[in-house]
Amino acid sequence: MKIAVCIKQVPNAEARLRLSRDGKGLDEEDLPFIVNESDEYALEEGLRLAERTGGEVVAFSLGPERVREALRKALALGAARAVHLADPAFAGGDALATGRALAAALARETFDLVLTGSQSDDAGFGATGSVIAGHLGWPHVWLVMGVELEPAGAAPVSAKVTREMESGINEVSRVPLPAVLEIQAGINHPRYASLKGIMQAKKKEIAVPSPADLGLDPAQIGAAGSRLEVVSVEFPAAGKGAQMIEGDAKTAAAALVAKLRQEARVL
Amino acid sequence: MAEEAAARQRPWRVWVVPQIREGRIPRVSWEAVAAAQRLAAALAEIDGAVRAEAVLLGTGLDGATREMAQRDLAAVHVADDPALAAYTPGAWIGVLAPAIAAASPDFVVFPHTYQTVDFVPRLAQRAGAGLLPEVTGFALPEGGAGAAGAGGLLWTRPVLGGKLQARVRVRGAGTVLVSVQSGAFSADGVAPAAAGAAEVKPLPVDAAQARPDREVLGYEEVTTQQVDLTKADVIVAVGRGVGGADKIGPVEELARALGAEIGASRPVIDSGWLPRERQIGSSGQTVAPRLYIAAGISGAIQHLVGMKASSVIVAINKDPSAPIFTVADYGLVGDLHELVPALTAAVKAAKG
Ligand SMILES: Cc1cc2nc3c(=O)[nH]c(=O)nc-3n(C[C@H](O)[C@H](O)[C@H](O)COP(=O)(O)OP(=O)(O)OC[C@H]3O[C@@H](n4cnc5c(N)ncnc54)[C@H](O)[C@@H]3O)c2cc1C
Ligand SMILES: Nc1ncnc2c1ncn2[C@@H]1O[C@H](COP(=O)(O)O)[C@@H](O)[C@H]1O
Repeated sequence: MKIAVCIKQVPNAEARLRLSRDGKGLDEEDLPFIVNESDEYALEEGLRLAERTGGEVVAFSLGPERVREALRKALALGAARAVHLADPAFAGGDALATGRALAAALARETFDLVLTGSQSDDAGFGATGSVIAGHLGWPHVWLVMGVELEPAGAAPVSAKVTREMESGINEVSRVPLPAVLEIQAGINHPRYASLKGIMQAKKKEIAVPSPADLGLDPAQIGAAGSRLEVVSVEFPAAGKGAQMIEGDAKTAAAALVAKLRQEARVL
Repeated sequence: MAEEAAARQRPWRVWVVPQIREGRIPRVSWEAVAAAQRLAAALAEIDGAVRAEAVLLGTGLDGATREMAQRDLAAVHVADDPALAAYTPGAWIGVLAPAIAAASPDFVVFPHTYQTVDFVPRLAQRAGAGLLPEVTGFALPEGGAGAAGAGGLLWTRPVLGGKLQARVRVRGAGTVLVSVQSGAFSADGVAPAAAGAAEVKPLPVDAAQARPDREVLGYEEVTTQQVDLTKADVIVAVGRGVGGADKIGPVEELARALGAEIGASRPVIDSGWLPRERQIGSSGQTVAPRLYIAAGISGAIQHLVGMKASSVIVAINKDPSAPIFTVADYGLVGDLHELVPALTAAVKAAKG
């Protein structure tokens, strides 16, 4: 099976975050980036399905130059090749614009399955995979916690897919292939890259198609092709309502226990 | 944007599509109705009278329709059809896409649920509509509505798991699909019908279009839940900040000292540090203990919805701007590996 996996590079939210000068995003200087959490699970699922069916995984990512590092990681983990939508015209898109561009890149090859993460940890649209599916005309499932190919073997025709619902219930459905599956974190346990994998990744191909290569008008993609426009970002009112308890660990702990007993009366 | 207002030949249309569960309208859907009513009121300030309209999809909708029609809505459009007996994106989009094409509503409001996230983005793609997911609010531009049009509305939505809040604007013309975050609008804020019930109109279902795109085989429980956290009086919940399965011991000790149950955020479970039945949040258990202590949990909305109704919330986090502090009653900023053992000692000392 030939499987595409879409991975997004996102800021590491653990880092100290500073706003950019225009106030519309983060200051990227010294900001560490990582592969989006659910995309790591999507990649692992893709690698496992490819191994099981004797196929291969191709990694796709849209984003600036720094995104090569995320693609290199995917290649080190076992993806055969990568496609990088790096042209600045692709940048700043909402889910519809980003999905349109990725779909155009995916449509240049014949895939049996496209995997995405369920949600990006930065923009958090939860939408790009479904938009890709709409363009490809394939079925999709969001929040996938299980994939079973039917029949097992080299040429499956459908997948039994487990979709998470709220409050501890899963839906199990059969989806004909090809399909787009939007993978939820926790579906598997992602592997670590081996030294051999890291060495091999250096020799693997990363294609960098332009919008014109994909037959896309720059007005339809990126910020220009998006109806959503970020006007500003800000930190939420922190500590609103919370009484912050100061002091070293011992002092703070004693003060908290006193408050829980005398003020909140819960101890 | 002045052109937009001038080019307007007709009043604004705001739709709301509540999710219906087993014939009933859940709280998140009433929140979406409240949001749509408020949006209609804001647009009415820009130009002319606007009242929201509801669109219901499913089967056996008589009760839900009656209930909905008692709210301040211009109409309740009802697609009650055997083709909609089980939810699939194909069936739902097959009804909503033609309806949107025919009526061109300016906004279609949805509750942000796992089901709407499953089909709304694809509906936007199919209908050529804009997509604005998981908003927490909106405001008219400063200096009043003027001729700014709907494009002038400033929407807020969380980014980076709630660490930041973005203000966004919708550009261009055409329908926008908006989903509203759970808890962002109050269900109590739904306005009742002022004079008589809203008009109920059947919404046509074309069986050739409303076709399932997946074959639903059944439903299953995620875990054979052996731990019922909903009954716990005190919960000590641990997040990714704990750093590994081998570091949970001191947290368990605090739980023992308090006679508490251990809970966790999703990444702790996904990483295999604790079993799934300990997960708290939108895809885990929803709890409301007397005391909830969150250690090393950032406070993403999917976690907050599962615990924010707790009576007293204590947050321990090394990051003073972590969103968990916005719902906490007491906050301790620092390393949980120091604070948790100190707290255990203080609890033991207090209990003598
Ligand atoms: C559809 C969907 C459903 C989801 N369902 C759930 C759900 O049911 N439950 C859930 O919890 N999540 C759920 N999530 C995930 C959710 O979005 C967040 O990713 C998750 O809650 C984050 O967990 P966390 O706070 O433990 O980790 P992080 O966000 O990584 O936060 C770790 C925190 O620990 C702090 N920290 C680090 N080290 C220390 C230290 N030494 N001392 C003190 N503090 C420290 C950091 O400052 C940070 O705030 C869901 C996501 C999606 C998309
Ligand atoms: N720039 C991008 N490059 C590659 N994949 C992306 C990109 N943006 C989103 N995706 C994929 O779409 C999923 C959902 O993202 P989102 O719709 O932003 O929440 C992510 O988990 C990725 O798999």
